[in-house]
Formats: sequence, structure tokens, C-alpha cells
Amino acid sequence: MTADPHANRISPLAGFAGVSDARLDVREIPFLRQTNVRADPARLLPAWADRLPLAPGTWRRSGETDILYLGPDEWLAIGDLTPVPAEPRADTARRVGQDDVILTDVSAQRTIARVAGPGARDLLAHGCALDLHPSVFGPGRCAQTMLARAQVILMARERDEFWILVRASFARYLAAWIADAAVDY
Amino acid sequence: MLLIPCPWCGPRDEAEFHYGGQAHVAYPADPAALTDEEWARYLFFRDNPMGPFSERWNHTSGCRRWFTVTRDTTTNAITPETSR
Amino acid sequence: MTRRDREVLSFTFDGRPYEGRQGDTLAAALLANGVRRVATSVTLGRPRGIFGAWTEDPTAVVQIDRPFPEPMVQATTIPLHDGLAASSLAGRGRLSPDPDPARYDATHAHCDVLVVGAGPAGLTAALNAARAGARVILADDRPEVGGSLPDTGEPVEGRPGVEWARAAAGSYVALPDTRLLTRTSVVGYYDHNYLVAVERRGERAVTRERVWRIRAGRVVLATGAHERPIAFAGNDLPGVMLASAARAYVNRYGVVPGRRAAVFTTGGGSGDAAHDAARDLAAAGVEIAEIVDARQGGLVTGVRGDGEVRAVLIGRPGGPAREVEADLLLVSGGWNPVVHLFAQAGGELRYDDRIAAFVPGRPPEGGQSVQVIGAARGVFTTAGCVAEGLAATSPPDLPSTVTRSSRESRVPVDASAPGDAPAREDAGPSGEAGAQPLWLVPADDYTTHFVDLQRDVTVADLQGATSAGLRSVEHVKRYTTAGTAHDQGKTSGTLTSAVIAHLLGVDVGALGTTTFRAPYVPVSFATLAGRDRGALHDPVRVTAMHDRHVERNAVFENVGQWKRPRYYPLPGEDMEAAVLRECRAVREAAGVLDASTLGKIDVRGPDAAELLDRLYTNMISTLKVGAIRYGVMCRADGMVFDDGTVIRLAPDHFLVTTTTGNAAAVLDWMEEWLQTEWPDLRARCTSVTEQWATVALAGPGSRAVLAALAPALAVDAESFPFMTWRDTEVAGIEARVCRISFSGELAYEINVSWWYGQALWDAVLATGTVTPYGTEAMHVLRAEKGYPIIGQDTDGTVTPADLGMDWIVSKKKPDFVGKRSHARADTARPDRRRLVGLLPEDPDVLLPEGGQVISTGHLPPPPVPMLGHVTSSYRSAALGRTFALALVAGGGNRLGDRLYVPVNDTLIPVTVAHHVLYDPESTRRDG
Ligand SMILES: [Zn+2]
Repeated sequence: MTADPHANRISPLAGFAGVSDARLDVREIPFLRQTNVRADPARLLPAWADRLPLAPGTWRRSGETDILYLGPDEWLAIGDLTPVPAEPRADTARRVGQDDVILTDVSAQRTIARVAGPGARDLLAHGCALDLHPSVFGPGRCAQTMLARAQVILMARERDEFWILVRASFARYLAAWIADAAVDY
Repeated sequence: MLLIPCPWCGPRDEAEFHYGGQAHVAYPADPAALTDEEWARYLFFRDNPMGPFSERWNHTSGCRRWFTVTRDTTTNAITPETSR
Repeated sequence: MTRRDREVLSFTFDGRPYEGRQGDTLAAALLANGVRRVATSVTLGRPRGIFGAWTEDPTAVVQIDRPFPEPMVQATTIPLHDGLAASSLAGRGRLSPDPDPARYDATHAHCDVLVVGAGPAGLTAALNAARAGARVILADDRPEVGGSLPDTGEPVEGRPGVEWARAAAGSYVALPDTRLLTRTSVVGYYDHNYLVAVERRGERAVTRERVWRIRAGRVVLATGAHERPIAFAGNDLPGVMLASAARAYVNRYGVVPGRRAAVFTTGGGSGDAAHDAARDLAAAGVEIAEIVDARQGGLVTGVRGDGEVRAVLIGRPGGPAREVEADLLLVSGGWNPVVHLFAQAGGELRYDDRIAAFVPGRPPEGGQSVQVIGAARGVFTTAGCVAEGLAATSPPDLPSTVTRSSRESRVPVDASAPGDAPAREDAGPSGEAGAQPLWLVPADDYTTHFVDLQRDVTVADLQGATSAGLRSVEHVKRYTTAGTAHDQGKTSGTLTSAVIAHLLGVDVGALGTTTFRAPYVPVSFATLAGRDRGALHDPVRVTAMHDRHVERNAVFENVGQWKRPRYYPLPGEDMEAAVLRECRAVREAAGVLDASTLGKIDVRGPDAAELLDRLYTNMISTLKVGAIRYGVMCRADGMVFDDGTVIRLAPDHFLVTTTTGNAAAVLDWMEEWLQTEWPDLRARCTSVTEQWATVALAGPGSRAVLAALAPALAVDAESFPFMTWRDTEVAGIEARVCRISFSGELAYEINVSWWYGQALWDAVLATGTVTPYGTEAMHVLRAEKGYPIIGQDTDGTVTPADLGMDWIVSKKKPDFVGKRSHARADTARPDRRRLVGLLPEDPDVLLPEGGQVISTGHLPPPPVPMLGHVTSSYRSAALGRTFALALVAGGGNRLGDRLYVPVNDTLIPVTVAHHVLYDPESTRRDG
């Protein structure tokens, strides 16, 4: 047992050198807490209704947490999800009433690759069939889709900055794909 | 590559979806009450029209929701059936 | 820039060195060097020259040797570059045995308007649409814009055509949200305005070729027209050339394709294209021997020359012919609008008598939004084309989608594209209304009247087809192969239809054309593969411990997209030795397996237990918190779909595991029932496959190993019985330990966060008492125990009862998915194939998986009655012999019987045994 409880954890892209040049910057953002949120949007407590983006394909910042719309009853929170009063904690399985907001810890399920720079949109377009034009997929938008042959959650952050959430087992494949596609930028 | 309107995510490439076959084939309320032939009809028999066809799709690479559209099998024109 | 000012490039053809100029195609450079014979025809072995000047050319197909071998490429489209080596072909080319070092890729693009073709019509349309604020892509297969303007030198709006085109393109690219793709062929037009284009970026580009997958709000096709040949005797001889092609060589490339030319024209085109071509050639110093105009009764009845044209025969069929010396014969049989993409989109063609060609007719339905302008619909004047380009993209006709939100439907439903609107008066086709086209020059012998110069199809061949009774142009195509070559019938298609119609005495419009299919021009497989080759061919999924497996020299097995260690050979060990050693270690001491690839689904909600009761064949709701149950799922047809364990974490919280290959399918299955049949059930399913890394610790020594690693955990059998789970710390890592077994031994599965998977693996191995084992040993161990593997011992036709697992099918539950099917007469048959063990009488003989099982000791004459087949077969360390699992008809009633498995010419005798061959009382597992 070690003093640092995190000393021997390894992120899925620990071996990924990243990409760094004038047009493109790609690197992993490891170990962010992620929580899957399931709830019936029609029966949300006000405290939750204020935090969850209800418009499809959007994400919203709530305190230190970014909450992404995944589906009509599903969201993903990135960052520490401070519990709403009278709601269960993210990492417990206790049940509070019948209209639970169900929280599932999925921190290790996906890692995050940050792709930024003026070449970011063109790079992603090589593997993503979505229209990434800033007027269509600008900051505040997110989508579950395919990038190359991996399922991803794509998040448009600041101008020319995207986060790609990719499942841990696919992360190396996707990183290799990005590195290969980046040679043109 | 069809462009299929997911009621939640908007139009997406066909490659993001799994096909679910004919829509409105409900699981029988009491399977035990059915004859073998009726049960086989539920399991195995589907329409194959030339023209409008109600069919199900699952947005597997996106929101994972099932929904129904009408697709004209002669032109591939698609109109949404499931409303949000 | 004139030709002499362009950079000199060296190349070779058939091993001979030549010089060409920057901007040349290989064909232009060959003509500049006087090389006129460049190929030999595929069937008849006749000499073939250069007939066209771009993608319409049917004859000049060559082999590229350097920089990289590429077979069957059109010399008329290959951009000349320094060091290019090519050679002539007779028929097929040669593929390289070496991997292509060039890079290929693909990209996606979206636009409001895609304009195909950057001639006067397309350029005008694109510029106009961009000025109106639309997102526009303009694609053209030429290296430079202008369409045919560089070929004809015609002026536009009072300026030299080339200068006008460059200025228009410059204005276009300066506007926001515009993209100009030159050297880009749009090759396919698919559903819902999805088009595929191939960009040829050049030999020096990082990426040699790029596939563009374009989803367009509207498509404007300004693809121009191809001049077509006339069928007369010897019309394939090198030196016979389309008039438009000769004009292009002179004006675009500065190359004179001959010394003395005759012209054979039926009229048509802008003004009179053949006469204009003759004028341009004359200006370039070519002597024009004679213009033979079919409208005035003139006919070319043949050519003379050995290997290339030396003289042209002019006269009347059957009558005397004048011989006119010429080394070049320009042919102009009229113009075919390039309707390929429109037809691919589903648009209907109609025959237009005024220009004697097929033009776009009824536009396609069903989410296509396409409009055809300019020469592609028979408008052959430059001014007419410009006017069409303006009209096609003028508001309010133009849909701007720039501000549309991404969720708004992009399925274009607008079918108002005036695809078959009548040509405007001032832009009308210049062919004389009612003029009778000339398709073929009458003769007694049609064996050298070629209609398809690439496929060597002649009018005589078409006669053969029609006299054999064929009436459909599609049938004649397949009978004669006309139109099946790389050129997709660009020069031969309409001519073939017309000649067939003539032979059958029917109207060519009623006969129609063959189906237009993608790709419009040849596309290599390397281009289509793009980046998806080699290591990126398919995603490789790896676990958190993958590097450790590599370090241990694991031999990997592909399971779905996962890489799983199959076995870990020690130095000098082959697979058999390694697997026997790994199996022995698990049976006698302790082994460790990376089980992270199992699918894991978190099922939560007040009705979670009810959901699982309806999906599994056995009862889940009675499972106690803290306990684990094995479960099987069937499809509605009653056949086994998947199996795994169900862990109850809380009254309303389960963790379900699936087989490695079925993780996504099982989640989809649960969602399907939940969303479409039982939306009232309050339960949610979330994939957590990669949240958890899983290590299986198996063998009689596993308890001691776990005790050492998890000091806080009471590991004795009473405190931690079989099929229960505990949360604890293992090696200092938060863990959930499940006491389950897939080997028949005392075993545990330790789950930790994926981030700590490698640390856990290291800690287990650091005990020094545990042997890593792979999937092959896992398969042997489970087979000894009679545990089936879904997808190996089952194939979608196997019920739980067939697997000897009647006990997993609840009799109490009123229904579950598949239950009704188990009561069907067929699933209740006693002679169904059942899972049994097979013991070869020679304990050293390993049966082949897939081997058939028969009952007789000799092979009866076919059909041989087959009882079933071998599903799994291994060498067992524990049993000291080989054994197999098999599905055998009436299996349970055959225990002890002798059956046979034919292998090559011998019949291997086997004894039927119960499928559980090891520790049938399960004392080792449960102790
Ligand atoms: Zn969706």
C-alpha cells in the first residue's frame, strides 16, 4: 500500500505522446470524474432541472461541472458532481424515493482527448460525419457519434477546442488514428 | 448513405443506426394463449411492401433511443413517425 | 503560358525516354512526341491510339510503372510528372506485390450547395450561390477551372474564357464558406444527397488521394457534355480522334496531334464544334484536307493505314470512295450530356430528338435535391450556360442553411429543381431541330465498325446479339460487354443504344440506356480503403493490462475487436505445451486471467429486478443482495442469445455481465425491450464495461493468494461462499470481489477501476505463486466442466435445454422472452441436437472443431446422415487425454454409444459421454 492513493493508477492514453504544432494540439486530459445521470426529465426536482441541459445536443456548465445531454433521459457530468440535497451520492447505490435520479460512476469508462487549434475541425472531419461548422457545432454543443471507427462523445468547448470522450479500450486506437490523420495539419 | 432523422439527435448518417425491422409488431399480451402458428406469425412473418413502410431504427452510436419512421422503399424518402 | 514556357519534365513510355511539359497529361506528352499508338485492344489485339482528351477516352489505357505500379490508368488523365514511367497495355494491367507507400484518406464535408463542374455554368452557379451566403463546394475533376474553356478558347462575357474562369474562381474562393476542389471527380451520387468524390492531390502531396463524403442541401450538376464517335469501318485506328479532343490538345496543351487532318461531322455542339475545331487546328498549322459533313450527305466509309491512319476514304456506301491523304481524322458524331450523376441519383432520362441524345428528365424523388444546368442538359452555348448558372442559384430559389440548427431536418424534400424545364430560347441547343443523327455509316461488313473501342464491341457484335433474340439494352450489354469497361460507356453508351434501336427498328428513346452506376471514373481500392488499413484497419480494443501481456510475450487472439492473450508461451514452448502448463497451474495451484473484456451493464431502478426476470430464463428477483446468479438470455425464438452473471448490489441495483463479443448487443437488447415494449418499467441500463478492470483468480491456491492481497477480507468458505460478492481493498485498491468460477475451480473475480487494472495485475503476479493463463486454457478448463461458450458451442439454433441446462429455465415465471418458443413442437422434439462430451477412443487423437458426427463405422453413399457436429475440442491435462464437446441428435440418450467423426479418409471412433467431464459434483468449485 502506498501513501498516495493515486500513485499506481494509469490513464488509458498514458503512453500517447500527443500532437503539438501551430495548427493542432492534441493531448489527454486524464482522470476527470464522470458520472452518468439518468432521470425522467418530466419529474425532475427543481435543483436538478436547473443543472441539466434539456436541449438535445447541448452541454451546460454548472459550478465546476460540465453536464452533457446524451439523450432524453440521460446526461453525463464531467467533474465532481456535488450532490443535490435529498439525492443519493454518486457513488452509492441507495435509493431515495421512486423518482430517483440515478447516478452511476463512469469515471474510468472513458478518457478525454483534447483536440484544439485551427486545424481541429478539419482533423475531426476526417473521421466524423457530423457537420462541424461553427454555426452548427459551436461552443456549447455536444454529440454522441462516431469518430473514425470508435464511438465517441464530442464536445465543442471554446473556439476551435473540442473534447473527445472515448471508451478506455478504444482510446489507443483513436489516438493512433488522430496521430495518423494529423500529418496533414 | 441514408440520412435518418433521430427525433433526439437530428439527422444522422445511416451508419450510426441499427435497423429494427417492421414497426408496430407488438409483443403478444399473452404468448401462452397463442397457437404455434400465431406465435410463429409474430416471430417470423413481416411485411415487405413496395412503397411506404413503417420501420424501427435504433440510434446505436448516438442516444441509443428507438424510434419509428415511414420509409418509402421505392424512393427511400423518410418521414418521422415517432414524435419527441 | 505557352507550351514552350512550361517546365520540361522527363518521362519514359515503354522504356523510351521522352520529354513533356508541366501541365501535360501523359497523353498530351505522348502526342507531342509523335507517339500515337499507346495500347493494344483487349480482345482483337488491334492497335489503339488516343481517342479522347480526358475521362471520356476509351482507348489509351496504360500501366504506370513508376513511381508506383498502377494498372489500367487513362493516359488522358494522368498528370505528367518528372520521372513518370508508363507502358502500353494489352488488356489487363499488373498490380504491385508490394504495399503502396502512398497515403490515402477520407473526409466528410457539408454544404448548402454542391456544384459539380467548374465550367461556365458551374462557376457561375457556385459564385452566385456563395454571394447569396450559401456554404458552397465546387468540385471539378480538372487541375484548373473553366471546364471546356481552355479546350475551346472561347470568350465569356467579352473576356478570354480562361481569364474569365480564373477571375470567377478567384472571386468565389474569396467568399466565406466556399471550398474549391480541383482534380476532384464526383464519382457517386447516393441517397439523401450524399455524394462521394475523389480528390487526386498529386504524387508529392502528403496524402496522395482523398475521398470526400459530401452531404449537400442541394446539388447543381454542371458536368458538361461528351462528344461521341460515329461507327464506320476502321474507326478505331490510331489517328481517329474526337474533334473536341484534337481541339483540346491544340488549345489547352499546345500539342498538334497530326500533320494533315480530315474532319467527319454530323454537326452539333456550340455553333458547330467540329468546324471550330478544324479552324483551331488550321491556326496551329495543321493542314485541313477536307471536312466531310454528314448533313450534306458526306460520309467517311473507312480509313487506310497500317497501325495508324494514312488516308481517309470518302464516298457513298457501296459506291466508289475517294482516298484523301491524312494522318488524322477528327470525328464529331454529336454531343451526349453527362447525365451519369443525375441518373445515379435516381433521375429519369428522356431522349431529346433535337440534339439526338439523352437528357435529364423527371428528377429523382425521396430526399434528393438535384438540378442539372448547362451542357449537361443540352444547353451548348457558353452564354446559355452562364445564364443557367445564374438562374439555378438566384434567391429565392436558393435555400440557405447556414443558420439552420443541426437538429433541423436536413432531408431535402424540395423536388422543385427544374431538371426537365424546357431550355430557354436564347440558351437553346444549337443542333438543328429535327435533324436526323448519323450513328453508323452503312456497309456490307460491320466487323470493324466499333461502338465500344475499349471492349472491342462492333456493330456486328450488336447484330449478333439482336439476332440471338435479345431486345433489352441491358441484356445486349451483358451479352456483348459493351459499356462495361473503365470508361463506363462515356463514348459508347448512347451509340450502342442507338445502333441497337436501329437494328431492332425501334425508337432509341423508348429503348433507353443501360443503368448508370458509380463510380463515374475508376477509383482504386487503396483510395476507398483510405486510412482504414494496416494497424488502423479495425479498432483494436485493449485492456488496462495490455502492456503487461505484451511484455510476457502473449500470443493474442481477436475476440470481436478485443485483443485477448490466448496463451503465454515460455521460451521453447509451443501452444500445446503452454496451454497444458497453464491448465495444470489452474487445476493444481493458481492462475490469473485478464477478464476485463466481459461486458458489464449497470441496471438500476425500482423495476430492475422485474426487467431482468423478463429477460433471463431463470428467476433473478429472488436473488439476495450480496449474492450472484448465473443467467441465460434467449431471443424470442427461444434460442440462447447470451449468458453471464447477475450481481445484486442493492434491491434496485444489479450488475450484469455479458460475453465479450455480445456486450453491445445485450445492452441494445435490454434497451429495445425497455423502450419499445415495457416503457412503464422504471429501470435504466448503463454500460460500465470499461469502468471496471477484472482479474480472474482461479485454482485451489487462489484463496491463499486473495487472503494475502486482501487482509481485510474474510475469505473462508463460510464467510465468503460461492456465488457471493464482497467490497474490500485488494492490494490497497478499492475492489469488488466476486466468488464465481468459469473453470470449475475455486475462483474469484476481482474488479477494480480500469485505472488500477495494471496495478492489480502486477500485485497478483508479485505474489509469485500465480500463473497467468490465456483464453485457450480458459476454454479448455470450462469445456472440461461442460460450460458452453455462446457462439462456439451454440449457433443461434440451440435452446438452454439443448445445452443440458433445463435447470436454468424457470417453470414458475409466467413469461420471459423465449418461453413461448420452448413450448413449440420443434423445440420440444426429443431428437434435437444436445450438448454431449465426445471421447476419442484413441486418447491422443484431437477431433477437428466443426467435424461431423455420424453413427456408422463406414461412410455410406451420400447423402450421409449426420447426427451433429463437434463444437469444441481440446487436449486436457486434467483428464490426461483429448476430449470434445458436440451437439448430437438425441445426445442424452446416447451416453456410452460409439459414434464416428470422419476426418479426411478415416472415421475416428468416439464414445459419447456426459458433457461435464471434470468434477461433476463441483466439490472443487464450491469448497
Ligand atoms: Zn439519437
